Amino acid sequence: MSDAAAPTRRFRGADNLPNWRNGLFILPFLIVYLGLLVYPLLWGMWISFQQYDMFDKSATFAGLTNFTNLADDPIFRGVVRNTFVFVALTVPTFVVIGFALALALNRPTRSAAILRAVFFGASVLSVTIVTIIWKMMYLPGRGLISLFIGLFGLAPISFLTSANLALPAVAATTVWWIIGLPMMLFLAALQQIPPELYEAAALDNAGRWRTLWSITLPSIMRTFIVVVIYEIVAQFQLFGQALLLTQGGPNNTSRPIVLFIYETGFRDWNLGYAAAASEVLFFLMAIAAMLQYLASRRSETH
Amino acid sequence: MAARGMVGKTWGDRIVLGAVIALAILWIVPIAWVLALSFKANSELMMSTSSVLHPPYTFKNYADVMATSGVFHWFVNSIVVSGTATFLTLALASLAGYGFSRTEFRGRDILFVFVLLGLAVPEQAVIIARHQLFTDWKLHNTYLALIMPGLSNAFGVFLMTQYFRSIPKDIDEAAMLDNASRFKIFWRVLLPLTIPAQATLGIFTFLLYWNDYLWPLISATRPEMFTLTVGIASTQTNFAQSEGLGFLMAQAIFAGLPVFIVYLFFQKYIVQAVAGAAVR
Repeated sequence: MSDAAAPTRRFRGADNLPNWRNGLFILPFLIVYLGLLVYPLLWGMWISFQQYDMFDKSATFAGLTNFTNLADDPIFRGVVRNTFVFVALTVPTFVVIGFALALALNRPTRSAAILRAVFFGASVLSVTIVTIIWKMMYLPGRGLISLFIGLFGLAPISFLTSANLALPAVAATTVWWIIGLPMMLFLAALQQIPPELYEAAALDNAGRWRTLWSITLPSIMRTFIVVVIYEIVAQFQLFGQALLLTQGGPNNTSRPIVLFIYETGFRDWNLGYAAAASEVLFFLMAIAAMLQYLASRRSETH
Repeated sequence: MAARGMVGKTWGDRIVLGAVIALAILWIVPIAWVLALSFKANSELMMSTSSVLHPPYTFKNYADVMATSGVFHWFVNSIVVSGTATFLTLALASLAGYGFSRTEFRGRDILFVFVLLGLAVPEQAVIIARHQLFTDWKLHNTYLALIMPGLSNAFGVFLMTQYFRSIPKDIDEAAMLDNASRFKIFWRVLLPLTIPAQATLGIFTFLLYWNDYLWPLISATRPEMFTLTVGIASTQTNFAQSEGLGFLMAQAIFAGLPVFIVYLFFQKYIVQAVAGAAVR
């Protein structure tokens, strides 16, 4: 690793020419990638055109039947609606609270560091532990929320078995669980803003709100877009919290798409139908991913 | 932000601070609640949980967790699966990252784009066919079945390729003049320089496997092959009627504590890993 190599003697050995042997570095990953991602992806598309017989597990080609059935299936339409509602509940909350926390905690003090750790800490826990914690909060009668509102003489609320409250309760748990990620992304962006901009604003006697509007927000526009789209993609995949907190109930009001896929595929073994539902989810998420790509390109050209 | 905030505490500052602390309490209380309940006798919690602030407290739930539940076994499973998968991911991603960033071969750039496209494929789009595949290969309920799927994640290759690109080329050019082989340059010269990226990718991969729920849930159907996440979930049914609430709480604390401790030690890397994965 010496710098002694004379820059005039650029290497011109055979080593730097294109050589198929160099592909061997890629080969191990490529085999895994083809076998465990590309092949199942294509096979899954094929399965989505198949009709599976529940008894002898045989499959016959069914064209688009699974997809037209999905479109007519009130339960599937319900889970798509639930998923969109869940995204609409969580994503704005992630953006607003995440940004507010980042603004408040973007200072070099010890207390700010501790508070950052508090808000981020829950994100490292698994969904199973998070749902145990929140079941113990929501439990009517013996849960902490029940005890707390009981102090004011209010009757216990059955959050997880109420048609109106089940999905919002799942959303609240999700926000508690992973608010730390958007907060950290916003913090990273805030720290990229050159301090000179703030010094200039201070010289102009710009107030706090003025500074926020005309300096902070425009500087972190790209992060805003990244956070929004990343969270849309992530929250589309709601699964564990719904399965463990509500099992999708009551009456399907908190059942998301992935839980539908899981139950159709791995409980009812209706593989063709489940695969078709997963293609629909893939399509919805691909749109979000495409938006992310376009948004990042746009902000790079600016 | 030295430009503001250093001037002294205004009323605005105090209100913000008060609001953040109130919110932080909301974030701490649920964990403190479960922690406190885990030290309460099951029989007491059957009637009521309101005595949580008063003694008697007991360690019996933790003793029971160690003695009777499968938690310890699942914990070992999770360590084996997450550890092996992290090691293999680092190996595959480092090799491929070096290949994509430092060597020439036909079709390299097209192949790279082909791999990057994998980032847009969600697990749910492949999970049904993958489950069939593993059934055909008779792999379900083995460690291999739990380890393999995540290895196809293209994120590591992307991260390592970017990192190798950021290392000045002079370093390996010098080694090349000494007629070192490609692999030797990779192994001896460049790999040691990628340790920060290895740490980030390693922690990210470990957490991803440790907390994964969907795939182990459908692949591991025998309790002795459960990971910690699936195992703890399997004990959660009939929560409201449970006679062992204190035991369940102790189990959750026992399962959550190791990751939490690791988090406290490697906070910086974990934040980097998680944030870096999001902005890819």
